[in-house]
Amino acid sequence: MTLATAAKRSGATAGRRPERPRDHGAWFLVLPALIPILVLSVGPLLYGIALAFTDAQSGRTQATGWIGTLNFQDLLHDTLFWDSFRIGLLWAVGVTVPQFLLALGLALLLNQNLRLRWLARALAIVPWAMPEVVVGIMWRLVYNPDAGILNETLRTLGLGDGRDWLAGLATALPAVILVGIWAGMPQTTVALLAGLQNTPHELHEAAALDGAGAWRRFRTVTWPALRPVALAITALNFIWNFNSFALVYVLTSGGPGGRTRLPMLFAYEEAFRYGQFGYAAAMGCVMVAVISVLLALYLVGRLKGGEDR
Amino acid sequence: MSGLRTSGPARAGQYLALLAYLVFLAFPFLWLISTAFKPARELASLHPTWIPENPTLGNFRQAFDEQPLLQAAGNSLLAALGAAVVCVVLATPMAYVIARHRGRLSTAATGWVVVSQAFPFVLVIIPLFLILKNLHLINSVIGLVLVYVVWSLPFALWMLVGYVRAVPAELEEAAAVDGAGRLRTLVSVTAPLLAPGIVATALFAFITAWNEFFFALVLLKTPEKQTLPVVLTHFLGAEGVADLGPLAAAAFLATLPSLVVFAVIQKRITGGMLAGAVKS
Repeated sequence: MTLATAAKRSGATAGRRPERPRDHGAWFLVLPALIPILVLSVGPLLYGIALAFTDAQSGRTQATGWIGTLNFQDLLHDTLFWDSFRIGLLWAVGVTVPQFLLALGLALLLNQNLRLRWLARALAIVPWAMPEVVVGIMWRLVYNPDAGILNETLRTLGLGDGRDWLAGLATALPAVILVGIWAGMPQTTVALLAGLQNTPHELHEAAALDGAGAWRRFRTVTWPALRPVALAITALNFIWNFNSFALVYVLTSGGPGGRTRLPMLFAYEEAFRYGQFGYAAAMGCVMVAVISVLLALYLVGRLKGGEDR
Repeated sequence: MSGLRTSGPARAGQYLALLAYLVFLAFPFLWLISTAFKPARELASLHPTWIPENPTLGNFRQAFDEQPLLQAAGNSLLAALGAAVVCVVLATPMAYVIARHRGRLSTAATGWVVVSQAFPFVLVIIPLFLILKNLHLINSVIGLVLVYVVWSLPFALWMLVGYVRAVPAELEEAAAVDGAGRLRTLVSVTAPLLAPGIVATALFAFITAWNEFFFALVLLKTPEKQTLPVVLTHFLGAEGVADLGPLAAAAFLATLPSLVVFAVIQKRITGGMLAGAVKS
């Protein structure tokens, strides 16, 4: 449909006016947004990549010099950074996968003709509207060892005295991951719900008439239609989660003992606490490179899988 | 899904699942509200209750005494309003071009929207910090607004392109046939139809900026310039020992504006995402 209207439209305009002056008009309309994008987004990105090959530091008096790949060589042997990187991957996968499954369940429910659906839809979006800092504070109150509702509930149910979830070496990362799942569910649910509402009803009904059960209908009708949206949102979620900062900064600041120190927290401290701009920029480059490769593999694998079937 | 009948037990299961979701999604927020209204004595008790036995507003008073919340809210408001207005003013013309002309420019813009989502903040924040420092825009709301504008532009474009496509091009062509110039057509035909979409986009940029933490943390140095999310973290204290009551009260207040704005545009955001996703 889009193709047809586009063809019609370009045909109509081409007949009316010569193309040239139109293009000038277009550039005039685009420039106001293009300039800030180039200056404050594309420019800094290139600048940042360049910084990774320098010894830039904050508050230094001598000039910054090129040092080649020295930062990257140092980084290769920086076990603290690779620990942090491993935690970042654990966190990103640990949040993205359950988040997707839970959001899919919720989206399927919200797509049904249930009573109180409006209330559920409104509530499901609340975490999205909250500042991440508030989400972090809120869950600190929930996890609080004495005054928190989690330990109190455990005590009431007779499941022991509970513990200091965010301070325990073993519990800190899972506790933080649960918050990540909670905070990101709305976007994922909304995106999947949008995808669900595009699945053809007729096919559903035809499949039901043919005696297909709920699971078969999901596999053969819903999932194929939902696949592109699901792919896009999980890929985006993975990137967002890997780059996440505020939640964990508020919850644990990377503690205890670095167990929740995500790469973003690590790079932030390196740059703005220790002033190692060049080294932190190199970390940024490595993060981007590894994530891009992982994502490319994921997307290619998924797309291939789709063709085979 | 009117044509499909769901059996009784299955329906009951669905309601049960929905209830579980609602509890999971709502309980932390309810706990925050509960904590905000509890007096210090109840917060120290070993068996905290859901409903405060002696609800008090004392936490709110104390929160305002401890931190410059009003000033921080003012800074946040300034940054968010500035970001929202500048963002839609810059993005609307570009979105129009992308929606109406299919060419290299549109492809490049769409590509950038996607890539920018994968943007690593670490790699951008250090150069931005250095650039803004040279312009003497560190510790200034103007510098922050600049960053927020660029940061919200991709999603704003995404939403706006969807809204522009929803305005039939035939209307504009009809106006052109009637002798209206290009600018005239944009102002008197397209703009009014686009207005609700523009408002929704602006409000979305507002919330994004109001909630933002990382850039504000790096770029704003002194307490009298800091925005609400940054000031909220001051309640946490150095060792993570927090005065829970005022912390909860301040966090609750900081959330209200976003919640109200979000309630207003909720339908449009989901609609905009849908439009952008389906029609591009």
